[in-house]
Amino acid sequence: MIGFAALVVLLPFAAALAGMLLGRRLRPALVAVVPMGLATVVSAGIAVTQWAQPGVRAGTLTMVHTAAVPIGVSLEVNGLAADVALMVCCVALAVQVYSVAYVHERYSSYAAFVSLFTAAMLLVVYAGDLLVLYVGWEVMGVCSYFLIGHHWEDRANSRAAVKAFLVTRIGDVGFLFGIFVLGLGAHTFSIDGVLAAPLSHTTMVTGTLLLLAGVAGKSAQFPLHTWLPDAMAGPTPISALIHAATMVAAGIYVVARLYPVFPAASLAVLGIMAAISMLGAALAALAQDDLKRVLAYSTISQLGFMAAGLAVGSRDAAVFHLLTHGAFKAVLFLGAGCVIGVTGSNLLRDMGGLRLMPFTFWSMTIGYAALAGLPPASGFFSKDAIIEAAQSSVFSTPMPRTASSLGGALPGWCAWIIYLTLLVTVLLTGAYAMRAWLLTFFGEPRGTYEIREAGPLMRWPLAALAAPALLLGWYAVFSGELRPHFGSAALALLLALAGAGVVFLIWNQDPALDPARRLPAPLARAFQRAFYLDEVYTVAIVRPAVALAMFVAIADHKVIDAGVEGTATGARGLAGVLRRAQNGNPQTYLTGLLAGVALIALAVVILT
Amino acid sequence: MHLVYPVVVAALLFSAGVYGVLARRNAILVLMSAELMLNAVNLNLVAFDVWLRDRLHGGQVLTLFTIVIAAAEVGLGLAIVLLVFRNRETIDIDSLQTLQESREGE
Amino acid sequence: MTTLDVVFVLLGVVAVGAAVLVVTTRQLVHAALWLVVSFGALAGGYLMLTAEFVAWVQVLIYVGAVVVLLLFGIMLTRAPIGRSADLDSGNRWAALAVALATAGVLVTVLVRGFRTAYAPLDVAGQGAAKPLGESVFRIWVLPFEVLSVLLLAALVGAIVLSRREI
Repeated sequence: MIGFAALVVLLPFAAALAGMLLGRRLRPALVAVVPMGLATVVSAGIAVTQWAQPGVRAGTLTMVHTAAVPIGVSLEVNGLAADVALMVCCVALAVQVYSVAYVHERYSSYAAFVSLFTAAMLLVVYAGDLLVLYVGWEVMGVCSYFLIGHHWEDRANSRAAVKAFLVTRIGDVGFLFGIFVLGLGAHTFSIDGVLAAPLSHTTMVTGTLLLLAGVAGKSAQFPLHTWLPDAMAGPTPISALIHAATMVAAGIYVVARLYPVFPAASLAVLGIMAAISMLGAALAALAQDDLKRVLAYSTISQLGFMAAGLAVGSRDAAVFHLLTHGAFKAVLFLGAGCVIGVTGSNLLRDMGGLRLMPFTFWSMTIGYAALAGLPPASGFFSKDAIIEAAQSSVFSTPMPRTASSLGGALPGWCAWIIYLTLLVTVLLTGAYAMRAWLLTFFGEPRGTYEIREAGPLMRWPLAALAAPALLLGWYAVFSGELRPHFGSAALALLLALAGAGVVFLIWNQDPALDPARRLPAPLARAFQRAFYLDEVYTVAIVRPAVALAMFVAIADHKVIDAGVEGTATGARGLAGVLRRAQNGNPQTYLTGLLAGVALIALAVVILT
Repeated sequence: MHLVYPVVVAALLFSAGVYGVLARRNAILVLMSAELMLNAVNLNLVAFDVWLRDRLHGGQVLTLFTIVIAAAEVGLGLAIVLLVFRNRETIDIDSLQTLQESREGE
Repeated sequence: MTTLDVVFVLLGVVAVGAAVLVVTTRQLVHAALWLVVSFGALAGGYLMLTAEFVAWVQVLIYVGAVVVLLLFGIMLTRAPIGRSADLDSGNRWAALAVALATAGVLVTVLVRGFRTAYAPLDVAGQGAAKPLGESVFRIWVLPFEVLSVLLLAALVGAIVLSRREI
């Protein structure tokens, strides 16, 4: 079993190596898709085996002995890992197939990086050791940088890639130190060891708070979320794979994986971060012009949902939402790719009337329905699970966590904040989803474009992902814990329909205009600029850092270089002074000589 | 005779000669000043010879020799001065500066 | 102070004064003539010191030959007759300092060293030609011969240097 898990990780890695080394000599499409397909089949096999015979299977390749704590290169397969790995493989395969038709420039390096990224994500999922997980984590970050900046000819894309890399890197420093704290506290880096070790409360709080820094960076939660909207500069399939379904889900996955180690204090912090991110991102999505940015803020908001689910104690609800979100957000992004391909512009105001693309229309409708949480789409069930968990943490005894729980329950005010924010966000999600749907597909075409359905290579991945987006939710009906409860489900549905309804009424008055025009202008601008957080960061952090760097550069040039060069100039100057004694006039020389003799004679006379 | 008199006269002659060698611009004047210095030396030699009642008359003989050498030196010195004059049209010492270290760089 | 001393001091004053004039005068030819005066005074001084042969040789060679040579040199190098303003180089103040220092050191040392030295001038005839000649040709004959070779070399050198058509 572990061998198969290793195979799942190594197949995309081999595809990446082959793609980078042999690039254009083999057909890059085949090099990308075939290993990915094989990996998907193998991971499906692993998942089925895991469902049939639940349990934990782990295996260690080798132990690396260090001075302090040994590192084990090990993999582990459990229920959580199997499910998430299967989702990752499906989305990655769909994206690879889609990209064959979508990406034309430098396709072979692109496909190789996507394969490498997939291998890294699968390593994170199947990791049995914290440092193995960290390796996968970092490789994902690097691949994200390369892929966002794929069209580097446009400077804006490179800058977005650098921004993504730097912001997530800040989080990763905290993540690494969190790993150190937990690993040294438990005297082992293996995840099972950390989960089983008796850690002191301080160690747990410190370690998990540091881990949360990395989670905030990778999963785009406040305050390290600013990179995700700009990362939309990358090709759309990348947005689908990395920034919707997989990499951003890695942070949630890590918290779920290490769930028993998280004390209530850390979960409270996570919950507050989630609440701020959810609400802020949903408001920002309401006023964005760019379709991909709407989806980016939506991702931040939905990740906040998952984090809130973890905070209120229901790991299974959060992971369920992670799986459904992976499906429906990928559908939305891939569909957006088709739409943008037709209209030639990312902006909502240049779209309209695209209902004549039936495949894309129906797939994206399913995606938006799941996003808004409307039955029968999967989003309805997964959102309800989270809201139910939040509701019970507020009104009654908290739901038992799905592992041994430590550290007490969430403080009451925290649970209230999370619950209320969830409800408001559901309303706003319905609103912005409806807005995007209407502006894209309905009304008269607002640009000059020829409406043609996308090619088969782009349609079939869309369909393949739309199916689970629609049907995955029904799993919840048959499982015990995730079954929808009437009260919370009805409340959520009502709020979503209310939000969507308001937007529809405004839109109906004039189908050609943006419903967001009804927002008061300063509010609209604040939402559009995501509450000016980017500007704040620029002034508070970026400018001082750049100023410091320039100061250092200038100091190096003016002080250190000048010092070094100054010694040469100084020596030459001194030599010039000495040179003046050689004026070619023998009388001068003789004067010096005789003066010296007189002085010596004087000295001899006086001193003896 | 108190030995101080010839000896001090010699010292003063020598100093005058030093000044002349160092301060005069014309090469021939420099030669003249050198002659003054040699004469001071001669006077010294004679004075000490008389004071010590040298049986070998070393001082006076050396004075004669010094006079001879000074004469030879003046002859050659003037020959050189004439050559310089022929080549440079001047015997102004301040303007004979080809041995000077150049102003710029090495 | 005997008469000898007084005369010698007077001759010394003349010699030193003429020497100072040689090194400070503005007129080139006058410098040569003051040099004659200085040499002549010195010859007188030698006479007072009973070195009569040296005195005559001084007059013969210095006044007779060397000064004439110098005058020839002055004429051949087109020296300006009459006052010329620039006979002192830019070095003169340093030169003055050095000369004064030299004078100071020498005079002080010598006065302090020879305060009690008195030369006996009552033994006559030690500076005459006969005793000096015996000394030269007996004891100092080797340097004498070498000097003659030196003179030959100087002669040849001067001629070679002065030729025009080398």
